[in-house]
Amino acid sequence: MALTRRAALASALAMPMVARAQAAPVKIGLVTTLSGPGGYLGADIRDAFMLAADGGKLGGVPVQVLVEDDGLKPAQAKQTVNRFLKSEGVRLFTGVVFSNVLEAVAPDVLDDGAIYVSPNAGPSSLAGKNCNANYYVVSWQNDTLHESAGENANRLGYKKMFLLAPNYPAGKDAITGFKRFFKGEVVGESYTKLDQTDYAPEMANIRAANPDAVFQFHPGGLGIAFIRQYQQAGLVGKIPMVLAAPSLDSTILGAVGDAAIGMDVTSHWNSDFDNAANKTFVAAFVAKYQRLPTVYASQGYDTALAIGAALQDSGGNVKDPTTFRKAMLPANFQSVRGKFKFGPNQHPVQDWFGLRVEKGGDGKLALVTKTRVLTDRGDAYSETCKI
Amino acid sequence: MTLLAEQLLNGLQYGVTLFLLAAGLTLVFGIMGLINLAHGSLYMVGAFVAARTQAGSGSFLLAVGAGMAVAALVGMLMEVTILRRLYLRDHLDQVLATFGLILFFNEAMAMIFGRQPMMAAIPDFLSGSVTFIPGVPYPIYRLAIIAVGAAVAAILYGLIVHTRIGMLVRAGAAHRDMVRALGVRIGVLYTLVFGLGALLAGLAGAMVGPLLSVQVGMGDRILISTFVVIVIGGLGSIRGALAGAMLVGMVDTLARAYLPAVLKLMMAASDADGFGAGLSSMASMMLMAVVLIIRPRGLFPGHG
Repeated sequence: MALTRRAALASALAMPMVARAQAAPVKIGLVTTLSGPGGYLGADIRDAFMLAADGGKLGGVPVQVLVEDDGLKPAQAKQTVNRFLKSEGVRLFTGVVFSNVLEAVAPDVLDDGAIYVSPNAGPSSLAGKNCNANYYVVSWQNDTLHESAGENANRLGYKKMFLLAPNYPAGKDAITGFKRFFKGEVVGESYTKLDQTDYAPEMANIRAANPDAVFQFHPGGLGIAFIRQYQQAGLVGKIPMVLAAPSLDSTILGAVGDAAIGMDVTSHWNSDFDNAANKTFVAAFVAKYQRLPTVYASQGYDTALAIGAALQDSGGNVKDPTTFRKAMLPANFQSVRGKFKFGPNQHPVQDWFGLRVEKGGDGKLALVTKTRVLTDRGDAYSETCKI
Repeated sequence: MTLLAEQLLNGLQYGVTLFLLAAGLTLVFGIMGLINLAHGSLYMVGAFVAARTQAGSGSFLLAVGAGMAVAALVGMLMEVTILRRLYLRDHLDQVLATFGLILFFNEAMAMIFGRQPMMAAIPDFLSGSVTFIPGVPYPIYRLAIIAVGAAVAAILYGLIVHTRIGMLVRAGAAHRDMVRALGVRIGVLYTLVFGLGALLAGLAGAMVGPLLSVQVGMGDRILISTFVVIVIGGLGSIRGALAGAMLVGMVDTLARAYLPAVLKLMMAASDADGFGAGLSSMASMMLMAVVLIIRPRGLFPGHG
């Protein structure tokens, strides 16, 4: 019964689809985190994506972007994604911010033979043995963000570090990644809660351990609370901080102000990158939204460009993932981070840069790109990925 | 030793924040028999209004006043327009309706204030830290929160034990129908109690603004801990709310601070960190389970 109903439904749907293949816009499901502590992360990804899809087209192909909030709840995201798959006929998904959400939705999308392009989360669980031909990450594999911070800590000569990250997949990837490259001693390691906003106990533990520097990974609102409380505990100026991009984006910087001066950040992108694509992007984003793009915005934009290139070269064919993949893998677009290519597990291979928070001549705080920390870094899991 | 003293202060400060929320929630439950999931939303409203007022006027005291006032007004409005219809319904209807209110308030805040987290600055007269434990500078602002919480507890005690309205509140919690039969205008009392609860939630929200980031959904997370507090303390009891808040504040803080270190004595360091983190986030829940086994109606049960 179920089988015949599904077959009937499939044929009923397939007929007009074929006939309208050229006319109907490609539906893109953008399920992201728009509320809660990570709310502005998803909003930046969405806004930058829509900026690239201005005029309803990506790579010259008409697209219809369906935006939904996942509220940082894996179950809610799963429900929305399944509704998109079953009743909206969406075959191409993007938007995810948090790794725990991605781990819940990616299997549903991929089992259905649809395509997932992550603009942010790149958990280790999907980068190695369980990689998938229809799963692409445009941002980074989680670990590499923090590997670059580990390398940066070596470069800055820190010998004893205290590490903190929330207790969720990306938090564990963060600590693993940092330790993979950091050569000194880890004097303390602490997992916070993903919904925690008061870090007073952690501050006391840091003071007691008295490390050379602190590495912490707290994205979005968590990072704001962490750095402000770090300042209130009197630790700013005493114990330096080494961070990866998500722990000190331009929004966090705006919120914490002078407390962040002198902090060292590693990133694959910064608003001051001197390439034509980036200049166009930053100017257009500021003009449209009246705020500086965060690193999330840059990733949302690159994701839209990558999808645009793939749509263009595949003639807008998202029904056939193999055709789409052939068009996607060459990454035939001008990334705002300069160079970009996909590694064997369809995660990026890219350069990492050391930035430092400085006060500019106009009195405003800015992340200033200082040096290159890692070159053409893929990730530690790609060799176990067999596609 | 100094570390322990500092952690105890942290636990006390967290407990005080929880108490401000739990006091209102437990009163509303004790007197109206209403489960109000939207209590955390009032905390969020207070935080947003205070942060916005402070950014606009530069005055912290004005901001706290505005946060409390608006939260109380919104709370009373909510009681008069929506919640009043729910008192006689069963708890499931109440949970459903107040959950709807959470979604409403989250969206409303996002529309009014935007999704970017807002920041409130610590006022100059409360910034900096004092070193009264040698070697441990403790932020003055956190001490101020502890002081405010203690003052609120004292005022509430006075209000409930020594005033006429407090007597009605106690009577209402114990024998609702009898109070009504004696001709007390229970509707007005309900609105006032709800307003008081909302006022305290607004105060908590306004005070944590400079510590945490003020953002949509901030009330949802603390709400769970608040419910744990009132279940431990005994539903409907202010004294229970105070005891429960202090217990949860201390247990949560100390577990987070010491559990991973204790576990490291027994297992490999990396396992201890992961396991300790998981265990410490469960600590207050386990405390609740233990209390419920020993005293099924909480530490200081109200009447019902």
